Amino acid sequence: MEHAERQQHGAAGQQHAHVEGQQHPIGIYLKIWALLFVLSAASYLVDYFHFQGYLRWFLIIVFMLLKAGLIVAVFMHMMWERLALLYAILVPTLLLMVLLGIGALEADYTFFSRGVFFVKGLL
Amino acid sequence: MTQAIRTSTVEPLPLPEGVEGIVSDWSSDQRAFKNVPWGKAMMWIFLLSDTFIFSSFLISYMTVRMSTTEPWPNPSEVFALTLFGHKIPLILIAIMTFVLISSSGTMAMAVKFGYEKNKKMTFILLLITAALGATFVGMQAFEWTKLILEEGVRPWGNPMGAAQFGSVFFMITGFHGTHVSIGVIFLIIVAIKVLRGDLDNERPGFMTGRKGKYEIVEIMGLYWHFVDLVWVFIFAVFYLW
Repeated sequence: MEHAERQQHGAAGQQHAHVEGQQHPIGIYLKIWALLFVLSAASYLVDYFHFQGYLRWFLIIVFMLLKAGLIVAVFMHMMWERLALLYAILVPTLLLMVLLGIGALEADYTFFSRGVFFVKGLL
Repeated sequence: MTQAIRTSTVEPLPLPEGVEGIVSDWSSDQRAFKNVPWGKAMMWIFLLSDTFIFSSFLISYMTVRMSTTEPWPNPSEVFALTLFGHKIPLILIAIMTFVLISSSGTMAMAVKFGYEKNKKMTFILLLITAALGATFVGMQAFEWTKLILEEGVRPWGNPMGAAQFGSVFFMITGFHGTHVSIGVIFLIIVAIKVLRGDLDNERPGFMTGRKGKYEIVEIMGLYWHFVDLVWVFIFAVFYLW
């Protein structure tokens, strides 16, 4: 009985009980918080100063990915998790890039068709 | 709580790291996600499914915006506010962003104090997080009211351009606002559990009957940070595009 219990809980559960739960110094949260404030202010300023074209896109996407990365890595503790969990969450998410690509192709095609058939003088 | 008795004094073997660690974790004939409570792993998997929901929304938004031949209303002007006699573009959205990021900061600290079993600080920080979340929802309600009553935006059309603007806006921000509202409710529930000492006394939960543990603060935190994460993407692709 006790042996079975140890097999079930001991092997996977209790053994790591002392490492379950993430404890990190408060300083890192405050630093990341400040950094997120700066990055948000920066992305707001992109709009405020009316940057246009590729520069606007580049800045918006860089700030967006930096903020997302910081939140997931530090606030959600992903950088301290084992790779088995990290990959289980990150790989399916990255596969969404395929959907993004399909959406963009389809949108271009639809825009082109609408231009040809419905809008006089667009193309 | 039934403590398994460690009969051996030998320390457990260290888990392998890197790619070898992934292979051994997944093929160990035990749980795949080691070093995390199962509730936390399940929250991550729920958040993965939620990621797919919001990604589908944002990608379909991209598709309708790229394919419309009507001009898209300029978000910078639509969401501008006149403050102290100056028209400031996107100012309400910027304030909402800062409010939500601040709530993420207080949430992260609540998790930290939770694992230190500092009941008072955890409770206070959870309440501040909930208050900031409620502030965000309030500002969103203001934004919706202004858009519907003053700008005349409807899900089926608006005076400024492409009809898809309204449908996409109400669907995406509506879903996000619902997530924030649900988060605020659960933050208050978790805060009450902390204050009442449920997590110290391992009092069984009302619905699940699971013993109270401080890991629920971290699991709540994962959900809350995710809500912030989704807002990062909405802010970038909806308001700044």
